[in-house]
Amino acid sequence: MAADRDFGKDGLLWRQLAEMVGEEDIFTEPEDLIPYGFDGTAAMKKKAVCVVTPRTTEAVAEVMKLAATESIPVVTRGSGTGLSGGSIPVDGGIVLCLVHLDSIIEVDPANLTILAESGVITKAIDDAAHPHDLFYPPDPGSLKISTIGGNVANNSGGLRGLKYGVTRDYVMGMEVVLPDGEVAWLGSKCVKDVAGYSMKDLFVGSEGTLGIITKVLLKLVPRPKARRTLLASFDTMGAAARTVSDIIAKQIIPCTLEFLDKKTCGCVEDYAKVGLPTEAAAVVLMETDGAQSVVEEESEAMAAIAEENGAISVEKAKDEAHANRLATARRTAFSALARIRPTTILEDVTVPRSRLVEIVSFVEEVGKKYDLDIATFGHFGDGNVHPTILTDETNTDEMERVEYALSDIFDKTIELDGTITGEHGVGLAKKPFLPRQFTDASYPLLAKIKSALDPAGLLNPGKIFDLPADA
Amino acid sequence: MSEPLTESSLRYLGDLDYSIVQQCMHCGMCLPSCPTYLDTKRERNSPRGRIALMRSIADGDLKVTKEFGEEMYYCLGCLACTTACPAGVNYPELFENARAEVEHQDVLFSPERRFWRWLTMKQLFSHQWMLRAVGRLLWIYQVTGLCTLVRKSGIMRLVPKNLRDLEPSTPKIQRHFSDDLIEESEKAAKTKYRIGLLTGCVQDLVFSDVNRDTADVLLENGCDVVTPRSQGCCGSLHAHNGDLVLAAERARAMIDYFDVENLDAIITNAAGCGSHLKHFTNLLRDDEQYASRAQEWDKKVKDISEWLVEIEFRAPSQSDKSEETETVTYHEACHLCHGQGISSQPRDVLRSIPGMQLVEMTDATHCCGSAGVYNITQPEQAGILQQEKVKNIKATGASCVATANPGCHLQIQNGLGLNGAGDAADVTHPVSLLAAAYRKEKGDSK
Repeated sequence: MAADRDFGKDGLLWRQLAEMVGEEDIFTEPEDLIPYGFDGTAAMKKKAVCVVTPRTTEAVAEVMKLAATESIPVVTRGSGTGLSGGSIPVDGGIVLCLVHLDSIIEVDPANLTILAESGVITKAIDDAAHPHDLFYPPDPGSLKISTIGGNVANNSGGLRGLKYGVTRDYVMGMEVVLPDGEVAWLGSKCVKDVAGYSMKDLFVGSEGTLGIITKVLLKLVPRPKARRTLLASFDTMGAAARTVSDIIAKQIIPCTLEFLDKKTCGCVEDYAKVGLPTEAAAVVLMETDGAQSVVEEESEAMAAIAEENGAISVEKAKDEAHANRLATARRTAFSALARIRPTTILEDVTVPRSRLVEIVSFVEEVGKKYDLDIATFGHFGDGNVHPTILTDETNTDEMERVEYALSDIFDKTIELDGTITGEHGVGLAKKPFLPRQFTDASYPLLAKIKSALDPAGLLNPGKIFDLPADA
Repeated sequence: MSEPLTESSLRYLGDLDYSIVQQCMHCGMCLPSCPTYLDTKRERNSPRGRIALMRSIADGDLKVTKEFGEEMYYCLGCLACTTACPAGVNYPELFENARAEVEHQDVLFSPERRFWRWLTMKQLFSHQWMLRAVGRLLWIYQVTGLCTLVRKSGIMRLVPKNLRDLEPSTPKIQRHFSDDLIEESEKAAKTKYRIGLLTGCVQDLVFSDVNRDTADVLLENGCDVVTPRSQGCCGSLHAHNGDLVLAAERARAMIDYFDVENLDAIITNAAGCGSHLKHFTNLLRDDEQYASRAQEWDKKVKDISEWLVEIEFRAPSQSDKSEETETVTYHEACHLCHGQGISSQPRDVLRSIPGMQLVEMTDATHCCGSAGVYNITQPEQAGILQQEKVKNIKATGASCVATANPGCHLQIQNGLGLNGAGDAADVTHPVSLLAAAYRKEKGDSK
């Protein structure tokens, strides 16, 4: 392919690209390229050779057409907060950064939708819905800076998945630039729409391998009237996990059931100073929202269940501001854990909720077995846990043990009918493990779809899986 | 680093403790806090982008280039990213070392730049008598009306444009400098503490009245005040601008001015200075003679609001007459809130004042664009931030803005147009308002 293409300033390619996006929005100097060589994934980087930051769908389409003609790979990215290496540059490829596509085009309160360009920040979507008393629930940890296009391309989750689902549940339509540079609109504002394949769903979570999402149409829901946040601490992880299972078994579906172990609590508290218990073995952050009466009833019931399971303490957030501080603090868990060791490797395994206790105790055993420092937090209500290995990428011996530990954790997850990634995506980080989970015809099906839509293999090649030809 | 800082062949980034460089896990949580990134959305203009460049230099993958140098000076050094960073990256140390590396390799060289750096850092801000002499001349220029004459004469057209643009915003120099206003030793009525007072460089010339107010407030709270003569710059200007050698020299001089062991605290009222003054340990760690004294020093340096709250300062008493309420809004100097984590204390001071109502402005912690000498070196970006700040201040309708840093003070004053007509909100230091309240109290009790 185009591994040694010359993107140098004033060269032919440079001039063609500059004509499409403007000279101000094309970058080829090392000082500009190095910072686009990574996303939020630990120990993973590759220097880009050319970065373009177009400001319109038309410019994106033109760049893609040029790339198609010249057989140049294209890696799309937003703010680069991904956690699976999905937006790491590829050899000889263009990095197409969409942060300047940042307009909210329309909030439609009559149809409960919002239409936005894909570079809009996730939080800005909910902020725009707020004045209409509407709500955009998906809230990944990086919502203050992640782009909505990136969320859709990775089908991001967040803290509210249990009750509100994930990004996919809100995508009603999108504008996509296809690998040949043509533009397609998929989906509609209609609640019911079965015209043709559900094409938009193919692009949700496709990690930039099938098309370039330039606009998204999202569903909004009524903003909950009331909200109550509780913080329960336990002296064993088992008790915390049982509390979560019991709450769900009693058919209470709060919006958030978050779990943090002692190490995570210590780091988050060190940073955020919000009054998290740092002595308990496990802390569960619970949040219920909805009508006032329901919220009160549910929070009472959850507190009672926590106490039945031997909670050391159950505290109510003092007020809205305190509740917000607790949720915000929880979102920093991953980054805050970086305080302990130089490298922080975050995993994202997910199991059916009934198997939660098994996977959590297995992770603990693995840590002991390979003599590794592992902290665990996650969305207990979703069965989605984030075992986080605190290590040092420069220590080769330890990194080898990390590899073994990850392998064990993935195998166990699959054995428990779980998935190797709940919300971060496969990207580069999970790619080697995907065939372990997809053992039947589902794995080659990925390649078939990719080849049908992107026969030249230009969009984010080598992510999620390798095409048989380049394997 | 094993040698004390000298002009020898140092590698400021290469020799830096690697764990500091490695601490950044590039999660991106810093991006929404960074004024330059928000403006350009270009990764190299973000904290994690800049750290990636520093790391590449430390790793030997990137040379120190002019582009790198310009990037390091495009950073405001506002440290908002430090507050935002969950991973606890030591950005101030990275930033100072990066600028030092840029200067050491001289990649931004031009004869003018070299001259201005020599004149300011090596001369004026290393010798307070020189700065005072210039200040005196400027004062004469301002009070004799010569400045009006000069502006009218059109002679300014002969001056280079960038200097000409700055002339109207030249700070107004005080008639009396700090040493004329504050005795070397002043005793409180009832002594509880003994403190040393830092009078600063710019503060000494432009805000000597704030220094006097600081002394008054301390005396009022049982602190004996020792104020060494002709102190001069603490070296923060040098450290923030890539001259760690001169910064270390200034640090040693500061330590020598004060009898550190016999003082309970060393007080500063300027945020930019305080955030530097608290980190002499780092600067002098390889200096056998000063290393342990620097540690002692760091423990004792306190911002005035921080100290007042720590010693449970006395709130001025309410007068019998019903007072008219005055409204004040508070701008958080970056190097106070981000650099020192001091946010609630200045507000406690303001709230303690009878008849004073604190109205919060939007984005109080956002940089005003002053950022040391940033408003001189990067006037365009500084102007954008200044306008934003002024807009937020005006929206509060407060009659006065309090802030605890001379740079912010001047930047906001200029932004509000106070050097010309005086119809906008007044700018002051929280401690000046407290001092005024104490004075009023005494007037009332007469």
